[in-house]
Amino acid sequence: MSITRRGIHGSLLGGASRYLLLTFMAATALIPGYIMFVGAFKTQADFLNSPYGMPASLSFGGFRSAWTDKFPQWLINSFVITTGSVVVSVFIASLAAWGFAHFPFKGRETVLGVTVSLMVVPPVVLLIPLFQVGVHLGLISTLRLVIIIYVGLMLPFSIYMLTNYFKSIPNSILESASVDGASPLRIFRSIVIPLSGAPLITLGVVNLLWAWNELLLALVFLQSNEKRTLMVGITGFQSRYSLDIPTVMAGMSIATLPLVVAYLFGQRFFIAGLTAGSVKGE
Amino acid sequence: MLKQASTVGARNGRPRTISAGQQALKWISPAGIVLIFVFGYSLISLFTQSFRYDGKWVAFENFTLVLTDPLFQTALKHNFYLLFTVPVMVFLAFLLAVTLFETRRGMSFYRAAVFLPYVLPIPVVAVVFGQIYQLRGALNIFLTAIGLDGLAQDWLGEPKIALGTMASVILWKEVGFGVILLLAHIISLPSEVFEASRIDGAGFFRVHWSITRPQIMNTIVFFSVIEAITMVSWVFNYVYVMSNGLGGPGDSTLVSELYIYRSAFSNKAPELAAAAAVCLFLCTLLLVVAFFRIQRRSISGTFGR
Repeated sequence: MSITRRGIHGSLLGGASRYLLLTFMAATALIPGYIMFVGAFKTQADFLNSPYGMPASLSFGGFRSAWTDKFPQWLINSFVITTGSVVVSVFIASLAAWGFAHFPFKGRETVLGVTVSLMVVPPVVLLIPLFQVGVHLGLISTLRLVIIIYVGLMLPFSIYMLTNYFKSIPNSILESASVDGASPLRIFRSIVIPLSGAPLITLGVVNLLWAWNELLLALVFLQSNEKRTLMVGITGFQSRYSLDIPTVMAGMSIATLPLVVAYLFGQRFFIAGLTAGSVKGE
Repeated sequence: MLKQASTVGARNGRPRTISAGQQALKWISPAGIVLIFVFGYSLISLFTQSFRYDGKWVAFENFTLVLTDPLFQTALKHNFYLLFTVPVMVFLAFLLAVTLFETRRGMSFYRAAVFLPYVLPIPVVAVVFGQIYQLRGALNIFLTAIGLDGLAQDWLGEPKIALGTMASVILWKEVGFGVILLLAHIISLPSEVFEASRIDGAGFFRVHWSITRPQIMNTIVFFSVIEAITMVSWVFNYVYVMSNGLGGPGDSTLVSELYIYRSAFSNKAPELAAAAAVCLFLCTLLLVVAFFRIQRRSISGTFGR
């Protein structure tokens, strides 16, 4: 790799090459999404002729054939699982994080360390024992079991991020409240939570992305066609509609839309929240 | 509960250790119960199963079978190859983060664009790239159009390059996450650091390579660890979707997760799958320990601490 020497006087040239790099990267990042979205409105022949061009005429055939069968049901299942697991995980993670941040009990760092290190356990490792439990309890193809497992897998990162944030809340604020005789519950409800809007929303969005996109566990635990999530459902699209790419692209576009909405909504908080979680972790 | 809570809260500074522990337990237990079920129970059950066959103790037999299986060796080798994507990804994320940091006009657009792939669902990404990388797909059409027909390939159908093609998709998707993490840390650095070196006339990239990089080393290591773990244990989605669940062509994109999945559910050999899962778990732990060793050394090397 070459280290370019430009100095302050070379800033014009430097600026141009920097914008060139950024534009190239932005194009690389955006083109697949563009191909998907535009492809959804094409006919098969149209798509094969020019995957890049705008559609010759708007065709909704792809959306019509994607939106058949169990597609609406899959969408509902994904909504239920995602909402359920995000709400539960953020709620119990914030309780636990407050427990870790506020009470300096013996062995706290160890317990927290073990909890956080669970982040590195590969989900596939947990697959077999959890599947056996599911069979034993008759919970295969139920949304409940998947929600519980998702919550479990999201908790280590959630607790890690929120504990770091709660610890960074200035002690003076908390102390003045406890001098007034407020209980930890009061402090948590009326001071800590209102102060933590950005990290809570960030965490919600991170967990939402994860739950909505998860494939492996959903594939294994939701075996009946009615209970599938959208991700499992559309994965089968590819082979089923291999001669009808617009249908595949339309299905993918519908599956992506809720995420783009969530991202645009949470974007304002996102960077601030991620910084609070990862960088202040030192 | 409320009353007891207030007595401890009133002496917030140094509550007695025992009562603090009891207090904390109440707050932590809901999460604790879920964690014990999902992780605690599963890991113990996994380890015991890996030493048994049909309920009988067989010591290391499952491990011998799995570790001598050429398919599992191939799968692990592929995960190992994928690790080489990490340095490329980290370098690219650093380059983009410092470039975005230096950019005023249009920064938020470029930032959003670079981050977008990270938001997209992996199955969607895999399917769309599957189309782009077809023999008569968008990439080859593009290459032909600019006169580079010679480079056109059957990107996913040729066993020699299929894994590399898959790595490029993973790289495309994950790099945005690194950019955001690094950029957030760079922005939080005190600005005097950069000012001083600019007056000295040091070049753009040189400033960031020699001054910014050591300052954000902990975030770089954090991102590297996350991505290394991803490469070893979280690429199932890409492989499953892009190879239709087969790890093909041949076994050219077989990875350990797919091997475990297939042993457990297609071959109905949960004991072997458990042994393979234990091996994968130990690999992950090894990786994490190695990384933190390196980090400690590199940080003390940089700051002489």
